[in-house]
Amino acid sequence: MLDTAPVTHPATVREPFAQAYRWMLLARLLEEKLANLYRGGKINGGVFLGKGQEALSASLGMSLRKGDIFAPLIRDQAGRLAFGEEVIEAVRTYLGSRLGPMRGREGNVHRGRPQDGYYAMISHLGAMISVVCGGLMARRLKGETGAVGATCIGDGGTSTGSFHEALNLAAIEKLPLVLVIANNQFAYSTPNHREFACRDLVDKAIGYGIEGHNVDATDLDACLRVVGNAVERARSGHGPQMIVANLLRLAGHGEHDDAGYIPQELKDSPVGRDCLKLAECALLERGWMSAAELETLREETLRQIEETVATVQREPAPDPDQENWCALSNESLDDLFVAR
Amino acid sequence: MITYLEAIRAAQSKILADDPRAYIYGQDVGEFGGAFKATKNLAKEFPGRVIDAPISEDAMIGSAIGAAIEGLRPIIEIQYADFSTPGFNQIVNHAATLFWRTQVKCPITVRLPSGGTAGSGPFHSQSMEGVYAQYPGMVILTPATVEDAYSMLLEAVAIDDPVLFCEHKYLYYHLKAEGLPTEALPVGKARIARQGRDVTVVTYSAMVHECLAAAEELVAEGYQVEIVDLRSIKPIDTDTVLASVARTGRLLAVGEAWPWGGVTAEIVARVASEGFTLLDAPPRRLNAKNTPIPFHPNLWGTHRPTAPTIARALRELLRV
Repeated sequence: MLDTAPVTHPATVREPFAQAYRWMLLARLLEEKLANLYRGGKINGGVFLGKGQEALSASLGMSLRKGDIFAPLIRDQAGRLAFGEEVIEAVRTYLGSRLGPMRGREGNVHRGRPQDGYYAMISHLGAMISVVCGGLMARRLKGETGAVGATCIGDGGTSTGSFHEALNLAAIEKLPLVLVIANNQFAYSTPNHREFACRDLVDKAIGYGIEGHNVDATDLDACLRVVGNAVERARSGHGPQMIVANLLRLAGHGEHDDAGYIPQELKDSPVGRDCLKLAECALLERGWMSAAELETLREETLRQIEETVATVQREPAPDPDQENWCALSNESLDDLFVAR
Repeated sequence: MITYLEAIRAAQSKILADDPRAYIYGQDVGEFGGAFKATKNLAKEFPGRVIDAPISEDAMIGSAIGAAIEGLRPIIEIQYADFSTPGFNQIVNHAATLFWRTQVKCPITVRLPSGGTAGSGPFHSQSMEGVYAQYPGMVILTPATVEDAYSMLLEAVAIDDPVLFCEHKYLYYHLKAEGLPTEALPVGKARIARQGRDVTVVTYSAMVHECLAAAEELVAEGYQVEIVDLRSIKPIDTDTVLASVARTGRLLAVGEAWPWGGVTAEIVARVASEGFTLLDAPPRRLNAKNTPIPFHPNLWGTHRPTAPTIARALRELLRV
């Protein structure tokens, strides 16, 4: 089924729209803070922003529930928060706090709590899709039903062999997998026409024998509806769901990248609209939040972020002398000769 | 009598019977019973737990990682070790890093039918253990006997870390034992496969048997060759190796893999740095030739070390 019908009716209730907006705003402001810390030389490695992708990502995180599996990718700060990540986990990972979930062993977007269904991505694109498939196969083998597994990829990641192998596997096993493809028009600097030659990425769903959906990711109403529907279809036994979301990355690939390759015409076109601003206008127009309420929310969100960053900046960095330099859980199986 | 292959099948049957967390996933492993019949009848005995996979090694390993996160104990059969390369990324970058990054254990067992047989050619003959051993985060087992094929596979699935189980295809049918073992050395311990006083040969997997034959050749010449079967190449039991070299004063490391780096280089490096004063002669290595693995039995038989070439290397080493 290709669901390409345009969205004609906005959400008619305040929630979950307003809640999605809160996650989007928190993600946006948190990432702006992280970008500032990066520019101030306070962050080792890179900073990768989800600016422009918040509506899509928040919709996915909110559509999932406890017990589901979520393997976010690099531009999914909003979805991570909506799925249950605490702000401090993100900040600790970026700043390399010893108290963070990755304890300084990994940084930036390479974080998660797999034991809670929140898988930690590796950098190789497409790799997480089959891992989520395996998590879902395990649930089935254990006789557990009702869980959904969701993961995200970009337009560039669709060119990998891992993407193909995993989607084909998911289709064969009819797994409750939701794959969100954020087509933000550029894989780092490479435009769509150098990544794929099909009419629309959603056509790939036909080839795999799975259901595909398009969505305009600048439109929060549409994201909540299409993503929520896909998650429900996966949950109710309709097999893997592919969502192809159209948007523009409103930042560089990372904060080191000025994105000079993105043409101004594209930025000025409908795909270049800012989902956060559009959602804010909708909240005001629909009378769901006043300008004063929006301002208060913004101030409270900023305060929460500032307090968290201040806390983490006082936390200890990893200590090489305290580090356990063993990659195995069973330390008795470590190779003692090379372990020194 | 039970063959090495039957021991692998028997071990998997016992694992599936004893551990509800275990399942087998691989190409043709279901009703067909596997390309080598290592899973013969298991799909029937354990419905739903011996699952056919598409030809997608990357996704097979990736799915095993996900299942391990969810508490299961997947056994992945890669049809030939050579075909683990499309799954290389998930093995070395994901399975092997998961615990270190996240503190979540990754108890997957990847069975790699390894090594050469006559007529198998460049892409059905490889020994990948040295390549994988370069990466931290994995246990790598290379059983040389029927007993070890059985007991080490049982142990592999019980280990909480990723295990590459390098079973040798040449031994599948050639090697027979009276029955299944009731006790075994633990993983990480090498075995003295033959006692001797004149020279130590450190080897593993199918090469153990070539070395044993070479040792028999040298008996007539008055030499007693000691053979150390490593059993596990990660970790390597360096203590047993050094103790043997302390007794003999000479070292030959023999492997079926290629000569650049690898297990034999690691053995020589360890003995040279830790046991230099134990040596009466420069340590030596013998490996396959530095070309892809040839198809024709005449070429293949010369490409890898065999009893005559090992015996020749030993004679040279003993004359030093």
